Amino acid sequence: MRRKVSMTINGTQYEHEVEPRLLLVYHIRENAGLTGTHIGCDTSNCGACTVEIDGHSVKSCTVFAVQAEGAQITTIEGLAKGNELHPIQQAFWDEHGLQCGYCTPGMIMAAKQLLERNPNPSEREIRLGIEGNLCRCTGYHNIVKAIQTASKVMATGAGKEAKAPATVS
Amino acid sequence: MAISQMVGASIKRREDPELVTGTGSFVDDLPQTGLAYMSIVRSPEPHARIVSIETSRAREADGVVAIFTGKDLRAEFQAPMPVTPTFVPDKKAPDQYPIATDKVRYVGEPVAIVLATSKAAAEDAAERVEVRYQPLPPVTDIEKAIETGASLIHEDLGTNLSYDTKFAAGDIEAAFREADIRFKQRLVQQRLIPIAIEGRGVVADYKKFANTLTVWSSTQIPHFVKVFLAVLLGIPESQVRVVAPDVGGGFGSKIRVYPEEFLTALASKRLGRPVKWIEDRNENMRATHHGRSQLWDVEVAAKKDGTLLGVRVTQWLDLGAYCSQFGTFMVIGLLVAQGAYRMKAFDGRGIGVFTNRTPTDAYRGAGRPEATFLIERVMDLLARETGLDPVEVRRKNFIRKEEQPFTALLGLTYDSGDYELTLGKALEMVGYGQLRKEQAEKRKQGTYLGIGLATYIEICGLGPAAATQAASGVSLWGMSVVRLHFTGKATVIIGSSPHGQGHETTMAQVAADVLGLPIQDIDVQHGDTAIGPMGMDTYGSRSMALDGTAVHLSAVKVREKAKKIAAHLLEAAEEDVVYEGGRAFVKGSPSKAITIQEIAVAAFQTNRIPKGMEGGLEATTFFDPTNFVWPFGAHICVVEVDKDTGAVRILRYVAVDDCGIRINPMVVDGQLHGGIAQGIGQALLEEGIYGEDGQLKSGTLLDYLVPTAADLPSFELEATITPSPVNPIGVKGIGEAGTIASSAAVVNAIVDALQPFGVKDIDMPASPEKVWHLMHKNGGKQR
Repeated sequence: MRRKVSMTINGTQYEHEVEPRLLLVYHIRENAGLTGTHIGCDTSNCGACTVEIDGHSVKSCTVFAVQAEGAQITTIEGLAKGNELHPIQQAFWDEHGLQCGYCTPGMIMAAKQLLERNPNPSEREIRLGIEGNLCRCTGYHNIVKAIQTASKVMATGAGKEAKAPATVS
Repeated sequence: MAISQMVGASIKRREDPELVTGTGSFVDDLPQTGLAYMSIVRSPEPHARIVSIETSRAREADGVVAIFTGKDLRAEFQAPMPVTPTFVPDKKAPDQYPIATDKVRYVGEPVAIVLATSKAAAEDAAERVEVRYQPLPPVTDIEKAIETGASLIHEDLGTNLSYDTKFAAGDIEAAFREADIRFKQRLVQQRLIPIAIEGRGVVADYKKFANTLTVWSSTQIPHFVKVFLAVLLGIPESQVRVVAPDVGGGFGSKIRVYPEEFLTALASKRLGRPVKWIEDRNENMRATHHGRSQLWDVEVAAKKDGTLLGVRVTQWLDLGAYCSQFGTFMVIGLLVAQGAYRMKAFDGRGIGVFTNRTPTDAYRGAGRPEATFLIERVMDLLARETGLDPVEVRRKNFIRKEEQPFTALLGLTYDSGDYELTLGKALEMVGYGQLRKEQAEKRKQGTYLGIGLATYIEICGLGPAAATQAASGVSLWGMSVVRLHFTGKATVIIGSSPHGQGHETTMAQVAADVLGLPIQDIDVQHGDTAIGPMGMDTYGSRSMALDGTAVHLSAVKVREKAKKIAAHLLEAAEEDVVYEGGRAFVKGSPSKAITIQEIAVAAFQTNRIPKGMEGGLEATTFFDPTNFVWPFGAHICVVEVDKDTGAVRILRYVAVDDCGIRINPMVVDGQLHGGIAQGIGQALLEEGIYGEDGQLKSGTLLDYLVPTAADLPSFELEATITPSPVNPIGVKGIGEAGTIASSAAVVNAIVDALQPFGVKDIDMPASPEKVWHLMHKNGGKQR
């Protein structure tokens, strides 16, 4: 049995027939072909699959594709504007906030939500804010620095974007 | 003018733009059409005979293409999986094939493979494969494994003992006779699960008529994989290509040739279409090798003034169900357990046993964190026995700078080192004297601070070829090709295969300084067996010391040839030509220079180069160093222990590391951060727990605690620079140093905090529960 599901990912409308059991992360990777969203566990611990659904950062392995019917989704591929990186992406690059890069897309998506909710977080707030995303390479040191740097850049308005307020669905 | 002095500059990584935008290429991301997906039926039993495998129900499932059991495939394997003789050539090692036939020996061992048109269909069908097992008693305890009457894991070996070997030097009996102080301690290195955030994955594409095999694998060792795929599957090595694309972390867990690489390739061969297998985390925690799982029993002889005389130690190594490819590499822990200290005698015994658990192999540091943990716990225990400060005990026993290069008791020679320098700097950074005062004050108020030290030496940069061949049967060296193109752009090919270390940036830095080219004109290629002559891949903190040096040497060869061509074009004697910043000119006439771009063009217009010279501007180097490299350093951890909950909080973590010349200090620090975090994970959180029933109880990320950002502090790092004399660029290695030092520093800090409660030791991971019990065993009273 397949169900029709349609959603907007990074501004593009996607319509597919999917099995109801299909997790959103597989839908994003395999049907939409957006492989920047990664899979790192099967218990919703690692956060590698974090995306934004209707303004909320969500681990896309915790949602069935059919539950995202009609949703507005942003994945890591949707952050840069042409060749211009999002300030968080730029800060991860500038501060060596990644090594193997596998957790990075999810980490950046989690950081984005964190900074939207708390534009000027303390180090402790950053550490608590990304607790749901595992990185095995960096010891988080430079990830924290990158988020601090991004916070400063975004506060000065560089790379500021018009963001629709979050709505709870 | 080209950029000069790229070496030493913290330039940003060229790898990153793809990775931060989600356009990296990990195995599961590669475009591929016509795939069959493989799911593996794995044993749920730790030790059992396979009675029967019924596949008919599974074959009827939707989308199934084929199902193969071990018996269907065994005849195709022309050899068992590789095992190196590493350190114990006379060990007993059973033949292991990629898939079980008659018997299973650990939970997770492959039993059958299912190929289907989608991953979901393959998994659905795999659940319908019915395997009947006759369970046998599992062996799950290291010491009980070799007791009489223990269930035999490999009946043909007649024992669960793989080896019992000695590494000793000096008169240990005399050392104990001379001693005023003697003490014993058991130190437990719990089983760890590496958890690269990307699990393993393989895509194999076999072409029947051409008899060619291309494999994309999330591996640290594409060159090794190529050789063994050829050998086991009987395909000419020249027709096998292995590519390691972007690899999402390794930490040693992708250092060996795995069953799934053979199974995916063989499935593609049987089906005549490409096959993909992507490991999920549940599989990863059982099928990808584990680390550590050792017991260390130590006896120490010392004088009451703190002088260390001798150490007698037994390392019990749990190999798991088979001997993994580099499974006995961990014996290196005995060879370097002397650490940064003098002693008169060392008596080491290594015992390796089989158990019904996932095989163990290298995990970040591989034997060297264990060695550091041993000697650094010994130093703190000795401080406790003598009443001396832990700093004083270390200083008393340090090998002095003037004694370098120092030949240790077991014959290894440290290339260089100044242990007082790194320790002194770390003590200054942390404010040691003041901190001890603060600790005493806080204790009075019922707050328990602990200060833990670890000074370490590390053997890494594996080569040299002769030494590594003698020790492990594998001749290790570094490889590079430096090739200038017609337009003066350069390609650098390396034999190492990074998975987060940043070689595309750092190797280009090395070449840039020699060639005088801007870094953007140098492309670094790796991880593909089709592009270079051969490589020895990435592990043992070896890439910069070996392949990096090879890049330097190839670039020098290219530069020298460029000078010859320039001399010919300038009609000057070669010795009068200066090459600088990508330009060549006759001494004293820099304005009449010709550029490397012009020289490159000439190199491909063979009529314009000196007679007898071959065209092209390219060099290949196989670099074999004269010795290993020996980084060193001092780490200090400051913790606070909560008496009510037993929770340990790391307040500060200070580290001074010396890895010789640092090509890119930002990258070096990054390696340290991650390494330190992994050692902290071992000290506080991580444990692969098996029940007596042979089942992995911490087999998901819900149960196996990888450190999160909230568990860790920011790290305070400084460096000293003692260039290595064994390679021309003076580099050592830094990939594992953080892990090698940090578990010891953290545990020493916790034990130090618990000193008022009479605590001398704690097993890792130092969970709140363990800490609380130690603080409350005398009703919470201090001694």
